[in-house]
Amino acid sequence: MPRTHAQASFAYQRPAELGGELRVPVAIVGAGPVGLACAIDLALQGVRAVVLDDNDTVSTGSRAICYAKRTLEVLDRLGCAESVTQRGVRWNVGKVFHRDRLAYQFDLLPEGGHKHPAFVNLQQYHLEAAMLDRLLAVDGSVRWKNRVAGAMPDADGVTLAVATPDGDYKVRADWVIACDGARSPMRDYLGLDWKGQVFRDRFLIADVHMSGEFPTERWFWFDPPFHPHQSVLLHRQADDVWRIDFQLGWDADPDREKQPERVVPRIRAMLGDDRPFELTWVSVYTFQCRRLDRFVHGRVLFAGDAAHQVSPFGARGANGGIQDADNLCWKLASVVHGEALPPLLDSYDAERVPAADENILNSTRSTDFITPKSPMSRVFRDAVLDLAVRHPFARRLVNSGRLSLPSIYRDSPLHAPDLDAFASVMVPGAPAVDAPVVMAGASGWLLDVLGGATVALYFAASDPGSVRVDIDRLARWKADVRIVMVTKPGAGAAHADIRVLEDVDGLLAQRYDATPGTLYLLRRDQHVAARWRRWDAEAVTRALHRLQGRMEVPAHAA
Amino acid sequence: MRLETGPNIPAPDDFYQALIDAHAGLDDARSAALNARLVLLLANHVGDLEALREALALARDGL
Repeated sequence: MPRTHAQASFAYQRPAELGGELRVPVAIVGAGPVGLACAIDLALQGVRAVVLDDNDTVSTGSRAICYAKRTLEVLDRLGCAESVTQRGVRWNVGKVFHRDRLAYQFDLLPEGGHKHPAFVNLQQYHLEAAMLDRLLAVDGSVRWKNRVAGAMPDADGVTLAVATPDGDYKVRADWVIACDGARSPMRDYLGLDWKGQVFRDRFLIADVHMSGEFPTERWFWFDPPFHPHQSVLLHRQADDVWRIDFQLGWDADPDREKQPERVVPRIRAMLGDDRPFELTWVSVYTFQCRRLDRFVHGRVLFAGDAAHQVSPFGARGANGGIQDADNLCWKLASVVHGEALPPLLDSYDAERVPAADENILNSTRSTDFITPKSPMSRVFRDAVLDLAVRHPFARRLVNSGRLSLPSIYRDSPLHAPDLDAFASVMVPGAPAVDAPVVMAGASGWLLDVLGGATVALYFAASDPGSVRVDIDRLARWKADVRIVMVTKPGAGAAHADIRVLEDVDGLLAQRYDATPGTLYLLRRDQHVAARWRRWDAEAVTRALHRLQGRMEVPAHAA
Repeated sequence: MRLETGPNIPAPDDFYQALIDAHAGLDDARSAALNARLVLLLANHVGDLEALREALALARDGL
């Protein structure tokens, strides 16, 4: 029987509240990557939350494996990126094969001047273990084998019925984050529709342990000689484990295909030699693209696979879920602390529903390319792959998965459109792009300085006299934001209340298309809220109000 | 309309013969592959998505 490598299990503890009730501001249902991200984020923001999980282990088997740069940046803000990037496998090169030849290869090697790489591969159980370590370090915990057996929402909160090996109790929470996965029982308790598309195809996942000289690259085959008429995907994970996805077609018998006597010859044919390997996991899956109509249902907030499900091509499941947590937690913490009005949470729907649609669209298009739905669609697919060998334009059409990029919240109610002209991609709603900086003589990164604060990022003038004027003005400004001032290298400016960054390589000003006087207002999830060419205290104040859920009311309203 | 539908090929008969000749000796599957490659090459040459959508709609009309 296949086994997974790391199978940490955790001690269930008998809850003190058996037969009674636990009152908490926030309950998190599900301790997968999304639930753990929410738990860490809320703990960092001083919100007490209980995490309930029906199991007592990290995830088993081969699930999420690719974490995109933005996810690594979010994990960094949460304080657990280091073990992920150290343990994980960095890769940049992807190769696409068609039949017996290389169609083309791409290089994700990012431009210099970023802290994190484009992608890191790591088994989901390692990610969860790293996040659990971090959660414990911030005085959080998970209540293992605490299964949510029912949910009764009302106007002021939610009462959860919780079942444990020793009996039942209730959790009364002001807010519930439901991140209990694709089969979400919470969705059922609330009677919510789960609409979308099921794809008529089956895939075999095999995790294989082998040592040897395979390059650390993503390899994708269309119609290879060793697996005719189907696709195969090879990814490297940590600990010399390789993940191989074989497309099987809809008619395959899942139970039969899982048998080692079927799986081993497939892998042997793919490897093309007799090197030793060991199967560590086998499963057969179908996939679907679905989502809830809305993610905010009164006091219950859905996140991750419980809210939306995508096909695996493009690594948009876990990455999308972590971005849900990133988007949701600062808003929820602000509301719980009374710093913001509840309408702020509506913006979670307004921002993350379109993000889910973007992920579903991308993964559906990948699926249509990988699994053509008609004979003519296959003719075009093969024509693209044939042309890709010689013609660069066709390589852009090859779709073996459009790898996860963070969503830009273009139509968010939290932002006003740009009034000034900017030539950078950092539009309101875009996540802040990283850049190397020097602060107090030490090299660092912009995103580390931003952290989880609302930040006014001000680009100072270049002459020392004006820098001093700028500093004095910013220091007098009374607003609940972290003020970060960017100067040219060696400006030598300093102030007790203001963080002064030197733009060592000029990349910061370049990436933000900044000129002296440019101000970016950044949200606590590091997305751009607004930007101006010139200091305008009134405009900044209005933008800050929007981030507190105080939407502008027309002047004539009664 | 972004798509040119008036006469635009100076030697239409030469083009038409070249198109038919390109298929000479191919079975149906290879002819279909040639057409697909041709569509992709020409679509990239046009580049303008709006014009391409117009062409798709016109081609689909009546089918």
